Amino acid sequence: MENTKPASRGFARHRREDLIGKTYTYLCVLMLIVVIVSIVYFVASKGLATFTKDGVSLAEFLFGRNWNPTGDTPSFGALPFIAGSFVVSMLAALIAGPLSICAALFMTEIVPGKGKRILQPAIELLSGIPSVVYGFIGLTVLIPFISSLTGGTSVGYGVGAGALVLSIMILPTITSIAADALTSLPRGMREASYALGATRWQTIYRVVLPTLAPSLWTGIILGIARAFGEALAVQMVIGNAPFLPTSLVQSASTLTSVITLNMSNTVTGTVQNNVLWSMALMLLFMTFVFIIAVRLLQRRNKL
Amino acid sequence: MQTSTQPRFGTEELSVFYGTNEAVKKINMEFPEKSVTALIGPSGCGKSTFLRSLNRMNDEIASARVAGRIWMDGQDLNDKNTDAVTLRQKIGMVWQRPNPFYKSIYENIAFGPRYHGTRGKKQLDEIVEQSLRRAALWDEVKDRLKESALSLSGGQQQRLCIARALSVSPQILLLDEPASALDPVSTGKVEELIIELKKDLRIVIVTHNMQQAARVSDSTAYFYLGNLIEHDDTTKLFSNPSNQMTQEYIMGRFG
Amino acid sequence: MNAKTADKLATGIIVFFAVLIVAILAGLLGIILFRGIAQIDWHFLTSPSQNMKAGGGIGPQLFNSLFLLVLTMIITIPIGLGGGIYMAEYAREGKITAFIRLVVEVLSSFPSIVVGLFGLLLFVNTFDLGYSLLSGAIALAIFNLPLMVRITEQSFRAVPREQKEAGLALGLSKWKIITSILLPVALPSLITGTILAAGRVFGEAAALLFTSGMTTPPLDFTDWNPLHPRSPINPLRPAETLAVHIWKLNSEGVVPDAKQVAAGASAVLVIMVLLFNLVARWFGRFVYRKITASKRME
Repeated sequence: MENTKPASRGFARHRREDLIGKTYTYLCVLMLIVVIVSIVYFVASKGLATFTKDGVSLAEFLFGRNWNPTGDTPSFGALPFIAGSFVVSMLAALIAGPLSICAALFMTEIVPGKGKRILQPAIELLSGIPSVVYGFIGLTVLIPFISSLTGGTSVGYGVGAGALVLSIMILPTITSIAADALTSLPRGMREASYALGATRWQTIYRVVLPTLAPSLWTGIILGIARAFGEALAVQMVIGNAPFLPTSLVQSASTLTSVITLNMSNTVTGTVQNNVLWSMALMLLFMTFVFIIAVRLLQRRNKL
Repeated sequence: MQTSTQPRFGTEELSVFYGTNEAVKKINMEFPEKSVTALIGPSGCGKSTFLRSLNRMNDEIASARVAGRIWMDGQDLNDKNTDAVTLRQKIGMVWQRPNPFYKSIYENIAFGPRYHGTRGKKQLDEIVEQSLRRAALWDEVKDRLKESALSLSGGQQQRLCIARALSVSPQILLLDEPASALDPVSTGKVEELIIELKKDLRIVIVTHNMQQAARVSDSTAYFYLGNLIEHDDTTKLFSNPSNQMTQEYIMGRFG
Repeated sequence: MNAKTADKLATGIIVFFAVLIVAILAGLLGIILFRGIAQIDWHFLTSPSQNMKAGGGIGPQLFNSLFLLVLTMIITIPIGLGGGIYMAEYAREGKITAFIRLVVEVLSSFPSIVVGLFGLLLFVNTFDLGYSLLSGAIALAIFNLPLMVRITEQSFRAVPREQKEAGLALGLSKWKIITSILLPVALPSLITGTILAAGRVFGEAAALLFTSGMTTPPLDFTDWNPLHPRSPINPLRPAETLAVHIWKLNSEGVVPDAKQVAAGASAVLVIMVLLFNLVARWFGRFVYRKITASKRME
């Protein structure tokens, strides 16, 4: 094709520039993939060593109630921590879920416009407060308060305090997803309901919320995911005792709090250290579970 | 590989597909030198898609596929070996809504030529003045060349976009409803400009406005559902169309 | 209960909760600032912390937080920008793009403590960088990357398509269009998003416990040779940040005034985050005005 070679310098130049651009952006994306693969690989290889190399049984780790890694006959039952993580994040979602949905309804249905102008910045500020500050406030304000509520029979540490602190921290996550979903709802849907003589609440309850259920659940699951992985704020208020949480005001632990406290007090390569990596692997595993749950919900949303 | 039916600038069996949907169907058209060709037809008839495929704008749309040939001086622009980036320089384009770069008025014009190798300040100044003059904008902006292009009015912005297209000395100018977002006065200016510019250029214009097509174009093509129904001299097509569908559209029975 | 009463009741509950949230925020900010501001003075902000006795400041921690933020952003911005540009301009919808999207989503969902542990394993131990600013910055960069990618992608996607087409029609290369035409348009929201992300990085602690460490060597603020161990800008020295300091004071602090120092440090941290928020909004608008309507450009 002798026609197609305008051998001007522009030709070479734009080819060269596009090569640079492509190489650069592709490398960046490759970097992201390398990072994620190495995180999973390294954490998994350490976390699995507990079971493959140190011979701890997976059943004991998952279901054992006895955590005594340094005893004469060490036992590595992580159930108290696994349960602690689940209980504390579920409770947090239980508190934050209704609160967030109300906040989203307030911004979009009850006082649209003005409500959003007040509440939106408040929610953004809440999400901006660092987690150690939440932990510190929990420790110095919430714990004494809870303790006084129990009449001094408890110091105040426990899953109750943990859940309360976490609920405030995940409130922005759930609220913003719920508010986005509410705003995306076509106007006609509400108007059709009003036209039938339904009150605002009936419209919200019978039309708006059921339609948006998948999105609201998405928000709640992402909230739980965030609570599940949160480390320092929880660690500061939960008490850190290695027991199954049986009361809201009894000292307990989560996976993250145990990792936080023990990682630098154990020697790399020992079973005491490896089992902490198993917990980290558990956190990774749960991240994937939450993401799959969200994806399934989104698929339902499209139908 | 040249065939005798090959036009200087035009299309041969040009089709555009979005997925499996054939939005433009095997169009054969020639755009004569120093003349304005208007593309008319109801919304969704494929006229804009056709226009955008002439300078391979559709390359950027993943789902779009263009088949057939686009001839320009013996070169098939739709050939996969043809370098789209280089050819676009020879084909200027102006869009429905003014889209000046977020840069100064001067930079909007100088950017293209500088990229293509004109470096001297004097030459660039000259290109900027020439292009703005040809777009009938020079007198309005000559004292504020360093100001942001977005400080201009909509009509001025559109003429700036025409000047920008002219800055790289194209041989063809594609106009996609260039006046539909403008007020009547600005529209008038743009139309005058089109008639002036055709002295050196081939111009292809998509328009919804029948009167506009009648005022500025030498020949007019009527598109319907991706087909080219009729292409003829503008006066002939508007006064005495040979196709019944064209007549119905022009009489205002359609959209 | 009839429908009208139910409607009133429900509305009342929703309004109550909305007010409650605002009250919680006001209460939180009130407590943090009220208790903290009393602690803050020049001495507190500039002098080193104490390990055993009262009267310590947060000078080195504040410096560490700021310097670590700078290092983190130096790593994050180029990679995040590239990734975001890929997603907005190069990715074509399909399996590969869906996979990369999933990667970004997963990466942004990883608990920050896990990112910190990964940093401990790979950078602190395997690469032998030790507890250091560099290890911490890399961990924070990983933590921040997905957000940066998303900010970039959204900023570029918000640029009108006609801007890109105008560049194409002039015969510019795609890369030239991205860097010279789209980037200036995307810049305001890019800057706003980046500063907001920086605020998040500033308050992060969990990813840093095991990467940048929980100690700071005595610093010599007259020595700016990055190779000297006591130099503040030596990237291979351990660096306890403000957020980590607050945590440490509360969990293993032995100084008698730990609660007061923590209160002061919390107030400083929150004020900084608020500042990031304000500056982000203001600076974004400022750049936008500068780009769209300034008198002189170039």
